[in-house]
Amino acid sequence: MVTELNPVTSSVNTSPNPSMRLLIVEDDRESADYLVKAFREVGHVADLASDGEEGLALADSGDYDVLVVDRMLPKRDGLSLIGTLREKGNRTPALILSALGQVDDRIKGLRAGGDDYLPKPYSFAELLARVEVLSRRHGGPAEETVYKVGDLELDRLSHRVVRGKEELTLQPREFRLLEYLMKHAGQVVTRTMLLENVWDYHFDPQTNVIDVHISRLRSKIDKGFDRPLLHTIRGAGYMIRDGIR
Amino acid sequence: MGAFGKLIRTTAFRLTLVYLFLFALFAASLLAFFVWNTRRLITEQITTTVNSEVSELNELYLRSGLGRLTWSVARRALRPGANLYLITAPNGVALEGGNISALAPGVMATTGWSETVYRRLDETDNVDHRALVKVTELSNGFRLLIGRDLEERRRLFGIVAKGTQWSVLVVIVLGICGGVFVSRRVLQRIDAMTGTAQRIMAGDLTGRLPVGRSGDELDRLAGNLNAMLERIEALMNGLKEVSDNIAHDLKTPLTRLRNRAEEALARSSSEADYRAALERTIEESDGLIRTFNALLMIARAESGQARGNMDDFDAAEVANGIYELYEPLAEDDGMTLTVKTAAAPLHGNRELISQALANLVENAIKYGKPAASAQPLGIKAAREIAIEARRDGDAVLLSVTDHGPGIPEADRKHAIERFVRLEASRTQPGSGLGLSLASAVATLHGGELRLGDARPGLVATLVLPALTGERLAAPAQDVPQKVA
Repeated sequence: MVTELNPVTSSVNTSPNPSMRLLIVEDDRESADYLVKAFREVGHVADLASDGEEGLALADSGDYDVLVVDRMLPKRDGLSLIGTLREKGNRTPALILSALGQVDDRIKGLRAGGDDYLPKPYSFAELLARVEVLSRRHGGPAEETVYKVGDLELDRLSHRVVRGKEELTLQPREFRLLEYLMKHAGQVVTRTMLLENVWDYHFDPQTNVIDVHISRLRSKIDKGFDRPLLHTIRGAGYMIRDGIR
Repeated sequence: MGAFGKLIRTTAFRLTLVYLFLFALFAASLLAFFVWNTRRLITEQITTTVNSEVSELNELYLRSGLGRLTWSVARRALRPGANLYLITAPNGVALEGGNISALAPGVMATTGWSETVYRRLDETDNVDHRALVKVTELSNGFRLLIGRDLEERRRLFGIVAKGTQWSVLVVIVLGICGGVFVSRRVLQRIDAMTGTAQRIMAGDLTGRLPVGRSGDELDRLAGNLNAMLERIEALMNGLKEVSDNIAHDLKTPLTRLRNRAEEALARSSSEADYRAALERTIEESDGLIRTFNALLMIARAESGQARGNMDDFDAAEVANGIYELYEPLAEDDGMTLTVKTAAAPLHGNRELISQALANLVENAIKYGKPAASAQPLGIKAAREIAIEARRDGDAVLLSVTDHGPGIPEADRKHAIERFVRLEASRTQPGSGLGLSLASAVATLHGGELRLGDARPGLVATLVLPALTGERLAAPAQDVPQKVA
């Protein structure tokens, strides 16, 4: 269905900020070790805490870019950990991992102060993409009025999209899709993230709906230009970026 | 003793005792009042008679002298049922003419009213009687006693006392019998219920409480408990069905997964082989996760747990949103998706209803392609899938219509069941849970999923209760209303 314009970028090791410091709070030894190893392989530094109290102490003292917190932990559960941090004024972005994947649980997690919620089981690509997006949000607001990637420009106020000298006509939803991708330019954005953030649905479609939307958008912004900007990252999602360096 | 102990501990029996006590108290006070009043009346009557006789005889004495008085007294004393009379001289000796043979000592010494024991002249049984008497001082030191026997009053007391004894006895016996009867009846019914409840607790969910025909409070209770049992049984059966289906339909792909891994381990020689096997494994497990999520979601919707997260919104927005999400996919598949909406406000879980509608649309895209054989509709119309949201009376209808092969009427009920994929669709990917989820969501909202004939094709409609009170949400603004 999706035409692979750029099949080369199969590795997810294209992180824009390689020196991210993460704290993983997870009591299951095996998944914790797997996460630490996987994050280190893509160039991040990951510390590990195996219960809620230890996690709270580390998160409170260390300077982390993102916390990855399991919801059900010994000694202190994940939601309480995040709630306590927030009360102390610690705003480190936190992603909650949980076996409870329903909408209500998700809302509860976000209300407790979590910034994102990922139900188990998850793919590492999905977790990595979300963590990187969170970290960037922490590092500095990407709230400029005009987003620029290569010669593609998107003006968030006038809703104008220009590639080179040519003005592009996008449907409102296509505009929001492009806006989200450009806000996270250089970062992998997964299909679920798009469905959640652009459409505000939290269910899992059995079909490739998002791919079709992406390919429509791609035909508008990349078709007829020699440098493709919208890339498919195999096994993970999509990324908008100025060519392959 | 155990049965009796149980009986007297029943509420009905205790109430009987309380009522019995209250009723006895009431009867006793009524009798006391009656006795007291009668006694007062009798005394009053005696006083009046005696007083008038005293003044009459006193007058006679003053007018005609002692002789005339004694003569008159003697005559009166001889009458049947006569009062009591006695005249004494100043030295205390009784004169002729009275009808009293003996008196308590000192009665004649004080004038005025007194109660005393006495014996009559004409009686020989030597029994003391009681009387109410008045002693009057005549001139010259003579004293006149006139009185009335109190036998009547005593007898009345006797009757009342005996009557009281009997009536109290009867009240107590009848009351206790009644109490036992009522309690036994209640106890029998409660015991029957308890017995059934214990059988049910022991695991036999098909048991039902006995419901009488009187429609009293116990019957109503039994009826409601039966309805509750019905629901519990349905839920339990649902659970059993789910676990059976999970066992069957999840084990199949798990076995496949395992076989593939084993095969890869045994036969693969190159890295590419391993990679391909691993990729297929991941794909397969993603499918499993999806199926599992869908199952959990259905279970959650069916158990009513998702009720917490409901608000007011317009079904038209949901229809437009889903149209907008799936329109490109349908077009890619050579279908045309259209949407037609009218304001249809409802109260519910927007996420779940969106997902239910999305499932119906996905089904229509997957299975709604017209058969290759002759079509009564034009080829363009036949490839159309129509989403519609509208209000019909008290119901909100969210429907998806395709012009594919449809579902034969006999199969429709079956199609909603979990994991059912009709013969025609076995080759298509999917978990077979789409319609079940849509149906569970509709049920959660107090509605239903209806499958109908679009001649040709399938029309699947979510029938949901509309929001009354007309709090209409504004229709979505940013959705392109493209109707092909």
